[in-house]
Amino acid sequence: MKNQILTVKDNKQISDDVFVMKFEKEENEYKAGQFVELKVDGFTLRRPFGVYDFEKGELSLLYKVVGQGTAKMATMKRGEKIDALTELGNGFNVDKAKKPLLIGGGLGAAPLYYLAKTFKEKGIKAEMLLGARTQSDLVFLNDFKNVADVKVATDDGTSGFKGNVVEALKHYDFDCDFYYACGSLAMLKRVASYSTNGEISMEARMACGFGACMGCSIMTTDGAKRVCKDGPVFYAKEIIFE
Amino acid sequence: MNNLKDFNLKVNLFGYELKNPVIPASGTFGFGYEFADVYDINCLGSISLKGTTLNERYGNPLPRVAECPVGMLNSIGLQNKGVDKVISEEIEKLKKVYDGKVIANVGGHSVDEYVEVVRRFNACDKVFAIELNISCPNVKGGGMAFGTNPSVAENLVKAVKAVSQKPIMVKLSPNVTSISEMAKAVEGAGADGISLINTLVGMRIDLATRKPILAVGSGGYSGRGVFPVALKMVNDVYKAVSVPVVGMGGITSAREAVEMMMAGATAVMVGTENLVNPYASQQIINDLPTVLDELNVKDINEIIGSVK
Ligand SMILES: Cc1cc2nc3c(=O)[nH]c(=O)nc-3n(C[C@H](O)[C@H](O)[C@H](O)COP(=O)(O)OP(=O)(O)OC[C@H]3O[C@@H](n4cnc5c(N)ncnc54)[C@H](O)[C@@H]3O)c2cc1C
Ligand SMILES: Cc1cc2nc3c(=O)[nH]c(=O)nc-3n(C[C@H](O)[C@H](O)[C@H](O)COP(=O)(O)O)c2cc1C
Ligand code: FES
Repeated sequence: MKNQILTVKDNKQISDDVFVMKFEKEENEYKAGQFVELKVDGFTLRRPFGVYDFEKGELSLLYKVVGQGTAKMATMKRGEKIDALTELGNGFNVDKAKKPLLIGGGLGAAPLYYLAKTFKEKGIKAEMLLGARTQSDLVFLNDFKNVADVKVATDDGTSGFKGNVVEALKHYDFDCDFYYACGSLAMLKRVASYSTNGEISMEARMACGFGACMGCSIMTTDGAKRVCKDGPVFYAKEIIFE
Repeated sequence: MNNLKDFNLKVNLFGYELKNPVIPASGTFGFGYEFADVYDINCLGSISLKGTTLNERYGNPLPRVAECPVGMLNSIGLQNKGVDKVISEEIEKLKKVYDGKVIANVGGHSVDEYVEVVRRFNACDKVFAIELNISCPNVKGGGMAFGTNPSVAENLVKAVKAVSQKPIMVKLSPNVTSISEMAKAVEGAGADGISLINTLVGMRIDLATRKPILAVGSGGYSGRGVFPVALKMVNDVYKAVSVPVVGMGGITSAREAVEMMMAGATAVMVGTENLVNPYASQQIINDLPTVLDELNVKDINEIIGSVK
């Protein structure tokens, strides 16, 4: 963990309520699946966001405006500064897969972009399944297509396979040896009950984000674990979904 | 910046000398060692450990934290590994990174449970005092129930004092009509000191779902917003009893720490601010000399209870 003051380089709106915030170059190292916590002006608790991209020292976050904190972020301009805790969490273990399958649900898929890039640098083109309610939820689709072999599933059939992620997994029958999933809790639960041969990135409301308050603990086969510090990435087989 | 060495920051709590009066508050600092990666925690006066119960507890379902104006709500529900593992695993890890002695924070559901946990801490040298949490709003059938009724609190403190070989500091709940009455009751029962305040009960509602944000419905409010409430209660208790008082609630700066000591606190605890700014406790310690210098005070003990 580091405590840094980041400078906004760019805060680009890519759909009605989705933005990509890019920061000036910093001395950092990120693994895919790690996250940062931003101290948005006017709020007590920091807001957690997964690393969307990290290229030449420049961090990018993909975020959706869902409440007051993210609404405030959306107003931030180039040059503005923000207090951040960086390099948080464990990140995905990319050594587990020779033929990786990346499974993402809606906006929750954001961390998979950097994960796919990480595999690409290792000379592996990852397969990816992106699920969403409807096509317009997949605003980042074209970016993802540059780094992975992407298949799509939508609930309403406006893009790709019509059905949920698990139905799509059966339909596409991917040739893979290990998966990496992130998205809504409901989706992750379905994926884990379909197969436990993978890693899952969990989300939870957080207070500290670095392991001090037990605000984010989930139950695992190995007792209670903190999403922020022991995770956010866990083996699918160790998570006990309520 | 002023030199720490030019000022006496040492205070004495139950015969134990703290190098300064700043102690991270229970539940906001884990078992201490988590912060050793952040800074050298040997600068701290002491540490109040996460609330410990007889058996392992997972705590309450998620979400168990929520944002509030100038503060936060929590309903953690005393997640811990149980007293035996706390002593054999958590405190062992802490020993490697912290030289000083610490305060064990004890929670429970029954008099028997409190007594047993306190008894097991007797053998733990790293602990110089017990903070008896009779004010946790987040455990059913215990916790705060002990802290809102003077005669129930009195019985508990007597039972615990009968077995404890360490000083007992009773942590009071602000969710009472008269904090002075509670303080007198526990002092009368033999408490060696009093700490306060624990969190104020509160709730938030998600407008869209019309459900409380916290899974268990309500929780405890803490952080900057509670400071004036805490300050007044610390002053009330200071005036009501003669045992040492440890003050907390909303402290975020050295100035507020000094203000809390003027109200009567011998030492202060910093809670929520550690979660917001991981360096908070260290920064408060480093800033104390500057504040004392402004006040022309060389020995921090001069300010304890000095409010006119
Ligand atoms: C490890 C992790 C990674 C995340 N990565 C991303 C990402 O890459 N892109 C993205 O858009 N969102 C991400 N989120 C969710 C994001 O943190 C929330 O959407 C955001 O905190 C909402 O803040 P707000 O002030 O707008 O909402 P409000 O509802 O006003 O926030 C109130 C409080 O609830 C918390 N909160 C609300 N919704 C969530 C949520 N879904 N998860 C966690 N805390 C929440 C806030 O942090 C804040 O403390 C991530 C969450 C976690 C835990
Ligand atoms: C996340 C969290 C967990 C807490 N856990 C405990 C606990 O286990 N035992 C206890 O006595 N107090 C606990 N508290 C209360 C604090 O120690 C402190 O009394 C309170 O938060 C007020 O101080 P603050 O405003 O500086 O946070 C907890 C507070 C928070 C925010
Ligand atoms: S958010 Fe504090 S321990 Fe995870």
